[in-house]
Amino acid sequence: MNRNRKTDQLLGVLVKGCAILAGTLLLLVILYLVHESLPLLRTTGAGRLLTDSAWRPTSGQFGLWPMIAGTLTVTAGALLLATPIGLLSALFCRCYAPRPLGKLLRRILELLAGLPSVVYGFWGLVVLVPLIARIRPPGASVLAGILVVAIMVLPTIALLVDAALESVPADYSRGAAALGMTRWGALRGVILPAASSGIFTAVLLATARALGETMAALMVCGNVVRTPESLLDPVRTLTANIALEMAYAMDLHRSSLFATGLLLALIVTGLVALAEVLSPEGIDA
Amino acid sequence: MRESRTDRLLELACWCSAFMVLAIAGWILFDVMGHGFRRVDLNFLLGSPIDAGRQGGIAPILVSTVLILGVCMTVAVPIGVGAAVALSEYGSEGRRATRLIRASLDVLAGIPSIVFGLFGNALFCRALGMGFSIASGGLTLACMALPLVIRSTEEGLRSVPVEYRHAAAALGMSRTSTLVHLLLPAATPGLLVGLVLGIGRALAETAALLFTSGYVSRWPTSIFDSGRTLSVHIYDLSMNVPGGDGNSHASALVLVALLIGINLTASLMANVWLRRRIRT
Repeated sequence: MNRNRKTDQLLGVLVKGCAILAGTLLLLVILYLVHESLPLLRTTGAGRLLTDSAWRPTSGQFGLWPMIAGTLTVTAGALLLATPIGLLSALFCRCYAPRPLGKLLRRILELLAGLPSVVYGFWGLVVLVPLIARIRPPGASVLAGILVVAIMVLPTIALLVDAALESVPADYSRGAAALGMTRWGALRGVILPAASSGIFTAVLLATARALGETMAALMVCGNVVRTPESLLDPVRTLTANIALEMAYAMDLHRSSLFATGLLLALIVTGLVALAEVLSPEGIDA
Repeated sequence: MRESRTDRLLELACWCSAFMVLAIAGWILFDVMGHGFRRVDLNFLLGSPIDAGRQGGIAPILVSTVLILGVCMTVAVPIGVGAAVALSEYGSEGRRATRLIRASLDVLAGIPSIVFGLFGNALFCRALGMGFSIASGGLTLACMALPLVIRSTEEGLRSVPVEYRHAAAALGMSRTSTLVHLLLPAATPGLLVGLVLGIGRALAETAALLFTSGYVSRWPTSIFDSGRTLSVHIYDLSMNVPGGDGNSHASALVLVALLIGINLTASLMANVWLRRRIRT
């Protein structure tokens, strides 16, 4: 019996150690990003990332604005496209589809959610970019980025909204029907409000995914450091900037890329924390 | 249910959206499959890349991919299972800590992969001196896969009825033997599903590997060699190698086929064992 107690204690310490390791990993990531961006933050300050007029990291100018503008345009555009279509597809699965078709659509959405971003980027590069180039060369543009990222986050939104709709008790819609409400009336007045926290969570997580998307943006956006003036201008996102320059960045330049990563990590942490607060049972992405 | 004009409009919009999703999925899959299909044969799978990958095959790249996945899973699975056991079986001993760890794992799951790449580059490549290597890449991926492995193991443990634990306690079984002989075997299906999903996630990853495992397309001789995965290969061929589109299509076909296979396995396993649908 005594030996058993010892093994039990050992086991407890072991698994708790694993849990603590897993739980502190996030802290470790953030600390390392801070540590690596310190040289820049100490010598020039974080403000320079926003106030410098241009991105010439080798000659000491660290203005991130063109990239921030790029990331924001691509993310906002992608969400504007993906949210309504994702929401409607989820409604289709739950309310309108004949059973086999709804099942098929859900399967396809799961498949799309699992496709690697590099495949989306590659498809955008060989299919979408040449199509857009017919309107105006070079084709690699904000528009291409918005379309590809929208397609990538659409399954996230659709599947999470679908799960949120599933969790609305069936009694609600039966009750609404018994009261003689129209389907739209029932949706607007009863079902969507009941599922609203799940829908918000879906949009927040899709935002996090779109902000952090690297490969697709890198492959279809054109990567020119300039604030875009039209949808057909090429643009470089924050993530693409890290991916492109990390290979040869030194000293302060390297620090500035880590600072960019830190910024992204903090924004995503905020979004996920918000999603956590909004959804009562934690999130299941 | 009553119908109004708005209803019919909404229904139309839903059908249109659904049709659009199906059309886009079809477009992407047929484009990748159609172009790649003619080029994938045994020579492609078993050959080495020639002329920066424009010609030849992907054998060393497949080997590097398997090695990176191997490192990733060897690290992520034991730690993940341990953490899941602690969270679900010992969770009541420290509710606040458990909540905090769960929340931090949720955030970790949302951190962009490029940020993991930066972290991996700073910690594994530089601070721990592993350089651009399969080990660095695998460890970086392990950090990314950890939340997924923990979550599905927890699901598996949760599916074990609480009566089992009571019965074991009533029989005077120690916690260790309860875990080893009762809980883990019963939770194995969930664990395996998590393993398969984690492999899928790691296989799809590109951005985190660009500057942790590197670009080298030679045959790797050890896990401290640099090596590129299939997804990095697709990126490199399509962006940096003019005229590499053909083999890029073929590699994309192999990658997508592998992923579809993995996802089907996972959902089949979940259907048979867990009797519930899993979401990736």
